[in-house]
Order: sequence, then C-alpha cells, then structure tokens
Amino acid sequence: MAVLTHLEAIRQGIWEEMERDPSVFLMGEDIGVYGGAFKVTQGMLEKFGAERVIDTPISESAIVGAAVGAALMGMRPVVEMQFMDFIACGFDQIVNMAAKIHYRWGPAVPIVIRGPSGAGVHGGPYHSQSNEMWFVHTPGLKVVVPATAYDAKGLIKSAIRDNNPVIFYEHKFLYRRIKDEAPDKDYVVPIGKARVARGGSDISVITYGAMVWTALEAAQELEKEDISLEVIDLRSLLPYDETAVLASVRKCNKVILLHEDTRIGGFAGELAAVIAEKAFDDLDGPIVRVTAPDTPVPFSPPLEEYFLPNAAKVAEAARRLAAY
Amino acid sequence: MGTTRTPDIKTRPARRSKKAASTDGVTHKSPNHPITQWVNYLITRSPDPSTLERMLYYLKVAREAEHRIERVLYRQGKIVGGVYVGRGQEAIAVGATIQLGEGDISFPSHRDFAAWVIRGFTLREIFLNWLGRGNGPSRGRDNTGHFGDVKRGLIPIISPLGDTCPLACGTALVQKQGGQGHVTLVHFGEGTTSRGDVHEAMNMAAVWKLPVIFICNNNAYAYSTSTRQQYAVKDLSVRGPAYGMPGVTTDGNDVLAVYETVRTAIERARAGRGPAFIECKTFRMTGHSAHDAAEYVPKELFEAAAQNDPVARFEKLLLAAKVISAERLGRMDEQITKEIDEAVAFAEASPMPDGAEAVEGVYCEDGCFWSASVVRDQ
Amino acid sequence: MAAKLTRTQYHELYYYLRLNRRVDEQLTNLYRQGKVVGGVYSSLGQEAISVGTAYALGPEDFLGGMIRNVAAMLVRGFRPRDVFMQYMAKRDGPTGGRDANTHFGDLKRGVIAPISVVGELVPLLAGVGLAAKIRHEKRVGLTYVGDGATSTTPFHEGLNFAAVLKLPLIVVAENNGWAYSTPVEKQMANTNIVDRAQAYGIAGVAIDGNSVLEVYEATRSAVERAYNGDGPTLIEARTMRMKGHAEHDDARYVPKDVIEEWRARDPILNYEKFLTAKRLMTAGEKAAIEARLEKVIREDVEFAEASPFPAPEEAARAVWA
Repeated sequence: MAVLTHLEAIRQGIWEEMERDPSVFLMGEDIGVYGGAFKVTQGMLEKFGAERVIDTPISESAIVGAAVGAALMGMRPVVEMQFMDFIACGFDQIVNMAAKIHYRWGPAVPIVIRGPSGAGVHGGPYHSQSNEMWFVHTPGLKVVVPATAYDAKGLIKSAIRDNNPVIFYEHKFLYRRIKDEAPDKDYVVPIGKARVARGGSDISVITYGAMVWTALEAAQELEKEDISLEVIDLRSLLPYDETAVLASVRKCNKVILLHEDTRIGGFAGELAAVIAEKAFDDLDGPIVRVTAPDTPVPFSPPLEEYFLPNAAKVAEAARRLAAY
Repeated sequence: MGTTRTPDIKTRPARRSKKAASTDGVTHKSPNHPITQWVNYLITRSPDPSTLERMLYYLKVAREAEHRIERVLYRQGKIVGGVYVGRGQEAIAVGATIQLGEGDISFPSHRDFAAWVIRGFTLREIFLNWLGRGNGPSRGRDNTGHFGDVKRGLIPIISPLGDTCPLACGTALVQKQGGQGHVTLVHFGEGTTSRGDVHEAMNMAAVWKLPVIFICNNNAYAYSTSTRQQYAVKDLSVRGPAYGMPGVTTDGNDVLAVYETVRTAIERARAGRGPAFIECKTFRMTGHSAHDAAEYVPKELFEAAAQNDPVARFEKLLLAAKVISAERLGRMDEQITKEIDEAVAFAEASPMPDGAEAVEGVYCEDGCFWSASVVRDQ
Repeated sequence: MAAKLTRTQYHELYYYLRLNRRVDEQLTNLYRQGKVVGGVYSSLGQEAISVGTAYALGPEDFLGGMIRNVAAMLVRGFRPRDVFMQYMAKRDGPTGGRDANTHFGDLKRGVIAPISVVGELVPLLAGVGLAAKIRHEKRVGLTYVGDGATSTTPFHEGLNFAAVLKLPLIVVAENNGWAYSTPVEKQMANTNIVDRAQAYGIAGVAIDGNSVLEVYEATRSAVERAYNGDGPTLIEARTMRMKGHAEHDDARYVPKDVIEEWRARDPILNYEKFLTAKRLMTAGEKAAIEARLEKVIREDVEFAEASPFPAPEEAARAVWA
C-alpha cells in the first residue's frame, strides 16, 4: 500500500477514473498546461490529451453549464473551481440547473465540481471559505468532504461514478500536509457512509474535513486526562450518515459538533436538531458546538487563528462537557 | 508622443467597424422583401413542397395550441401557474428547428412551442405537462415547456433564462468531439442577452469553435422592458464579431428568412467552422404571461404586428405560389383543430399526480423513480 | 503627444511609475525574507496603466483597482506603507489584517477595494457612476479588468448596464497576454478586446499600455466623455505581464522571447528617454526624485515592519456596520 498525500490521492483517483471510463473528462481554469493552481491535474493533459483536459476561459457559469450539457450527452465531466470561493460565480447553474434536472424531467446529471476550500493557509476572505452549506441546502446535489487520503481517493472515484451532481470539497490545508495509506488499486468509498475515525466512550465529536484531524489531536491530548473522545468523520454531508451519528451519541451520551464553517446555519445546527429529535433521552449533557465565529475568514495570522477551531478549543469544550 | 509605440501594437480609433467581414458565409435575405421575391425563391431553390407544407402546419399548430393554452384553458382555470406563449414569433422555432436531424440538439426558449412538436413530442405529452398531470413528461413536477428528452434532441429551459446557453456549449463540445457533424441550436430572448451566462457561453463557443448556433428571438419586450432599456446597440448581431463569430440579423417573422439564415449557419457549423449568432427580429403579440395585459406596449405596435403576422404571411405566400390550395389549407386547419381537441381531452381526463410522489426521485439512483413505468408514449 | 502637462506633472508621473516599481521590488524582497503573508502579485511592466489612468482622474472620481493596480492606489493618496502592511498582514494596514494585498479601499480617497473574483468591480463602478448620474454629480467611476476577466459574467452585465443607462464608467482592459497560465488566444477568439465596445454600443479605444502618456490621454478623453453624459468607454491597454501570476509562479509556460521582446518596451525606461529627449527632466531633477523615493521606501518599510500583527479578538469585530 502506498503512502500518498491528500492531493496525490485525489489526483490518482481522477487519473484512474479517466483510464477506466472514456466518458470522464476535465474542465477548468489553468488545469491543463499549468496542471491546476494546486497541481491536482498535473500531467493529465500530457496523458489524456487536450480533448479530455480542457483549459477554459474565466467563466464559472459556462464551465458548470457546459458540464451539465455534456453530461446530458452521456459524458462524466469533472470540473475544477480554482478555489471553492469562486463557485459563487457558477451558483445559478449548480442550484437551479444541475440540482433539479433529474427531479424535474428525468435525466441523470453525472458531474463533479471539485476544488480547494478551507482556511489555515492565510488565503484571506476569498481563498479560505468553507461554503459547503450553500449546497447542502439544495436537494439534488451531493456534498462530499473527505478528511483522509484514503477517503479522498475512494470518494472522488465514487463521486465520478455517481449519477448525480456532486460538489467535492478538498481542504487545501490537507493537500500536502496529510499523508496516509491508500491502495494503488481500484477501490471506492461510498458516499453517505460515515467513519469512526477513533473509537471512544465519553464524548462523541462529530465532524468532517480538516477538522477530523483537529478532533483527533484533541482526543490524543485528552487521553492524558482520561477523557475518551470518539471521533466520527462524516465524509459526506448530503447525504449524511444519520445512523452513525445517532449510534455514536447513544454510545457516548455527550456530543460535540465541530466544523470549520461558521456557526449560524452550519451543519452542526442540523445535527443538533436531529440528535434532539431522535436521541434526546440518550443525552447526559447539552449539545455543544465548536465552530468558527460568524465572520468572513480574516487574513492576518492571529485573526485567522482566532477564527479557526483548533485542538485546544475542542479540548476546552470537551473538558467542560465531561465535567457536566 | 510616439516614443514608446512599437509597430506591432495595433492602435486604432474608437468604434472601428468590422461589419464588412463579420458574416463569414452566414447570410440572410433582406427583411421586408416583396412577396414576389419569395414566390420566385419557392419556384427556384426552396425546401421541397412537403417541407413547406410541414412548416405551415407547425406554424399553425403552435398558434392554435398556444391559443388554447393562453386564451381558453388558462381562462377556464384549468392551467395553474404561469403561461408563456410565442404568439407572433412562431416562425423562428419552425424555420430553425425543422432543419435538425438525429444527433442534433435543440434548446428552445419558452416561446418556441413548435420546437417540441418538430422534435417529436406529441400534443398529448405537451398538454399533459401544461396541465400538470401525473402521466405527463415531467409527471407534474415542472410546468409549461420545462420538459425535454435528450434522445429526441430537445433540452428544456429553466426559469433563469440564458442558463441553457452554457449547456449548449456542453452538448456542442460532445458533438464536436464526436465528429459526426451534429449541431446544437439554442434560442433566447433579447432580454436574456444581458445575462452573463449568454456572454460566457458565446465567448466559450467562439474560442473552442463549437458547432452551436445562438439564436436570439428578439421580440422587442422582456416582460415590460423595451429593447432601448435592454441594450444600447441597434442590432444585437454586432455582438457576434465581438466574440469572433459571425453575427447576422434577420426577419424573424419570415419563416423562410429564418430558414435560410439558420441553414447557412448550420452548414458552417457542421463543416467545423464554429458558432454563429443570429438575431431574429420579431414581436411578442401578447403579454409576458397570460395575466399580463401588456398595457406598457404602445397599441400601434400591436397593430403593426398584426399586419406582419408570420403565420398569415406564410399562408398567403404558399397560396400565392400555389404550393398549397385553399381546399387543402382548409383540411389542414380542420385536422389541427381535431388533433388539439383530442390531446386536450386526453390530458384533461388524465389523473393528477399522487402528492406523496413529491419526495421521490430527487436523486438518480438504482431503482430510480424515473425508470419506473412512466407513460412515455402518449 | 497632445497631453498638455506641466513640467511638474511630467515629473509626478515619473515619480509614481518609479514608486510603483520600487514598491514592487520591496515586496519581492520582503517575500523572499518570509515577511509577506500569502502571495505577491507584481505589476512589473504594467505600471504605466495604473499611473496614467489614476492620474487622469479628478479628486471627485472613483476607481477600483485590481491586484496589479497598486500604483492607482498610490496616486489616490495611499502610501507605500499601506501596501507593505497589507501584504504583511499588519495591524496598522488599511484593513487591519482582515484582507490581503491590494484588497483595500477608502471612500474618502475615491478608492473601492477589489475582491479576488475578477470582473466584479465593473458593475460596482457602474453603480458609482449611477449614483453620480442620479445626483447630477460630475464624477466618473473607473476600474480595470485583465484579458481573463472579460470572459466573466459581471464584465458583460456591468458594461451592458452602463451602456443602456449611459453611465459615467471607464473600464480599462489590461491586455497583458496571460490570465494565470491561460494565453489570451485561449481566453477569447477575437483577441481585440476593444471590439467588445461596439457590442455594447459604447466608445472603445485600443492603446499602447506601456506608454504612460497615451494611457493618460485616452483616460482624459474618456473622463470628458463621461462628464458630458456620453456614457462609458472601454480602453484596451496592451501590455505584458513580465512575471508569473504571483511570486510563486515561474511562468515557464510563457515563451522567453516574448518576455525579452517586451523588456525592450519597458514603460519606465521609455518614458525616461522621452523626458530626457524633450528636456523635461534634468539629471539633477531625476536624482532628486530618486532620493525622495528612496526615503519614502526606507521609512515605510521600517514602519510596516515595526507594526504589530492585529490582536486576535479583532477577528470577531465589526462584521456589521
């Protein structure tokens, strides 16, 4: 089994799918000759040719729309947003066109819109956002947020094979910092199945994306204090694995909901509602959220650090909850 | 000053006109031609008589079916929601769509009723959808002409108009790579040209030399907005050359002018020479929607439009050129009435969808809602 | 050249061109020293466009500069220290470390801050012009797009909107050949951006973007046109991006001979030659300008370096006005 970076895992997943299925092709800004702003598509133009690796003008709406058109013709386009912040420019095509076609008149729209999201690299307000909730609130889309390299590869392959529009969030902080084992061979990770990233007994930390690593760091820290955290990695938000969430809550009886996204309207709110509806009697303490505050993502390192949840903030919340 | 200017920087005055070279083989007959010119054309090089007759049939079907929708069924309260029809601009959809074959794709606008009929949808299907029936093509999920079928080469609009232009780039990209000479037509109104999606798509199509024809059904009003409030040029076709594609303005009330202009653009696209932009000038002979009395439109414009009715014009021409006899024409009218009566009756007798179906089929999964037995061959 | 400038104005143009170049050089140094947070986006070779356009505006006019228009901000009264502190994410920078690089503005100076999404300022500056028109104020809004931004939705919608309403808007298209790694031929089929003007029914002119006087003069004409109620102007200023998209990008996808060719057209060297040939600047005057520049740069780098990072809790303040 090879040790891959998060980025390399995604690249390998796309590469394998392009080899496996001639209907898979790529579109995006600077993805061909340049290999992508983060080099996720490096070498693909040389390998697969200009008909399957297409450099586009700066036209996100046209990129997404053309992907939908090609998908209706039987292709499986994978398009890159140079930064997920810029997905806003293609918003209408995603939420009004791609998301609703199948429901309205039947055809499948197998497209993947992928790109780097998230903060921690001092990218400022326009290269740092975690805007997944824009799409989680749009029925018809799927929203995938991998944390590990293994999952990143398995999930991008699932996303490409899926018959629905999938928004695939890659956390840019993980791209080169996270390495783990991912098989060279073909495998998929199903969309909609959560993963127990770490078993525990006192508090369940339910999270996704880069915050999985933050939770694990906090868990390690708290081990010394005899507080046992269970970490649930959701892997996808739409659909999400309600069964796994409730099982962990019922096991630990206390829960922290953690995400890098801002607080109001964040995924934690939805989870809190479901837990309150379905596992109220299992709770031995209040549902606790650890999230970013409701501000844009600031640029300067101290501001950004204040903004971002980290292991210390999770540990602090866990200590209070453990003592409840 | 001149010291920093170098010879290969092309500096030129404002408003340089490129019109002379702008059409690049896409031609059109001049608008407001005398009928005699077309009579001559019909004798010498027009589509064959059966095609001409079919064109008249589609014009009339669209006019009559939309009349039922807008002025009968809607007023009877049988159609819920918005009603948008193409009264006065039927010639564009007919002249353009009739030239498509298998493998070609049409993206009609909401006022291109005839496109559905030409692409093989039955009147039953069409009325079922308008009436929101459970056995209609969208099973009551979306209204009006918001339904299509990729196999039949028709992909429908959504309400944010212009969104289909980027999709047309996508289908044309696949067609280009397929190498079979297939083309895509996409229609939109002049109001839609103000939207970024049209711009992004036209630029993309030009830079990738895609086989897509952008057809602007310029019907003079976008809801209540006149063309003067919509754009600051005389003819929108000047935008073609700005993107690096031919741009042509033609008489959208003349089905043969549309046919000829689109024909040249299609030939060019099939030969791998890229996209074209065709502006068809026409007039919306009704309100934006059935509820809209269009009081903001000067009465004289409606009166002038009535004199320039594309259906009447073509009917008169075919009679004058003896392509069709008065007797045959009468039979055609009778047949159309019968077909529509039958389709409306069928649709009205069909069931509404089961409310609980609303939550099904959000995703395309195994055992998909849509793969279940939908009555598709109405 | 028809531009009627005083000797002092000729010198000011030179000063700002050089100031832009020196700020650029300092940013590169600071970047290499690891003192810049994030990327550095150079305006090397494009200085004449920012300087010539901003200098042609009146005090009541507004501009919105993009990533390579740092000189436009300087002409409008921002200081090099503001730029350095932005790039270094410092507390005393114009955004207090909330946003980066040229993402700063000041309504009093008539400067609108850009965002990373290119093209977005076109409708915004059209809105500035709209307000001026409604209130019968003599004011123009000017903004910049690169060749890449012409492919975007707001470029189109903004220009069409301004054309219909005949708004006092100037859009300067800096055709520098490259949008990140995308050459202009892959961005558009008709690479004469100025031809878009006729698509909207507005005035359009293509000029040598490396000639500060040509830029100045074209902008002046556009400003007059706007003041007279004759609507927007699209100015295509042809130039070349002499470095990569940002400091990390070695731009190996750009043919070397193109860079070399353009190096000979350096806007500052050529302007200097012009001033010398026309006896508009003596060696002494030039030396004085350079001395003034060096002093400002030295002081401002020091000031910026001495400025602290913002206090962390500032992050949560002032989300709403």
